[in-house]
Amino acid sequence: MVTEQEIWKYLTEVPDPEIPVLSVVDLGVVRKVDLSEDEIKVTITPTYSGCPAMKRMEDDIVEKLNEKGFGKVSVELVLSPAWTTDWITEEARIKLREYGIAPPENEPDKSVLFANPIVVPCPKCGSNNTRMVSQFGSTACKAHYQCNDCLEPFDYFKCLR
Amino acid sequence: MDKNLFEYLLRLGDDSLILGHRLSEWCGHGPILEEDIALTNIALDLIGQTNSILEYAGKVEGAGRNADSLAFLRFDKDYKNCLLVEQPNGDFGVTILRQFFFDAYRVPLFTMLQNSSDEQLAAIAEKSLKETRYHLKHSSEWVIRLGDGTDESHARIQSALDDLWRYTDELFFSDETDADLKARNIIPDAAAVKTEWQKTVQAVLTEATLSVPTNNWKFEGGRKGLHSEHLGYILAELQFMQRAYPNMEW
Ligand SMILES: [Zn+2]
Repeated sequence: MVTEQEIWKYLTEVPDPEIPVLSVVDLGVVRKVDLSEDEIKVTITPTYSGCPAMKRMEDDIVEKLNEKGFGKVSVELVLSPAWTTDWITEEARIKLREYGIAPPENEPDKSVLFANPIVVPCPKCGSNNTRMVSQFGSTACKAHYQCNDCLEPFDYFKCLR
Repeated sequence: MDKNLFEYLLRLGDDSLILGHRLSEWCGHGPILEEDIALTNIALDLIGQTNSILEYAGKVEGAGRNADSLAFLRFDKDYKNCLLVEQPNGDFGVTILRQFFFDAYRVPLFTMLQNSSDEQLAAIAEKSLKETRYHLKHSSEWVIRLGDGTDESHARIQSALDDLWRYTDELFFSDETDADLKARNIIPDAAAVKTEWQKTVQAVLTEATLSVPTNNWKFEGGRKGLHSEHLGYILAELQFMQRAYPNMEW
């Protein structure tokens, strides 16, 4: 009989379609695994409401578990509790940085309209001398930054709470 | 079926749908690349919210309709979005100000809807709020930058304000549908949302050196399905594929 732990391990082999160095588990998208006699139910939560990768993640999870020999797999999408970047694991933050994406910083509450911009260190050279180019980047979850020292443009995985 | 809840979900979902569609019209036309990406990112969030809201509306209605059939296969009088969101994009100032008025309304609305006695509506609000805070930050920063910018940018966004102000009152429209839902603690009091909206709007417009028009013309009708001429053109484009090729899928 398969254990829940094994299923979680298989799920770490399912990559995020947009940031393939991270798995759906690293990202904190998988919330729950339920085993019954003849079915595996995986509960996931979207990063952003309109994230086009969610459907793909759903399909990939089913495909991976089918491949591992589990015939009946269902994926359920829940909205609450809403996903937060706080669920991105420590290990994943290191992987993100190595991949060239700055991981989420501890940002002030968005409801403070005129807060000072946060410092996002450059994932290439580590300099704190960087600037935000745009609050919105290549995907819904990222902002666009540039390093003033090494001039590298980079993505910042923005903090969502 | 809970008729009032269904009606309210259409109002909420159609606001996201129509504004999301309007913003998507900027794709490839943004004044700078970063703004092109920002506006389309916001459009994507809004369409994602639409999907959650209308999918739930379909469940509440219980007549077999889903988010797609509600979004693509209704006639204009069955859309319940407010008039503000269907107004044309105009220049970047008009688009940003329209967005700002909307975001400043949605943030307190979603904040309060998180406490809804309806579990699914509360979950949608909790999810959407996080995204909407980013939208509000973006739009309010631009309103300030344009208002307190050059003579040209100030004149343009002031003219957008003179034009769009008349549509803002409808954001707080409230009828017997709202009264019933309010009594069941499903939705907050529109007046409470308005108080928060006024605080944000006043703070940002002051910082932006913009002034609110003194004439008090107000338009409404969208919540009852009575729209400006613009909605018909939006629907023609939005619905073309499904009307021409029924049930087509990507
Ligand atoms: Zn650098």
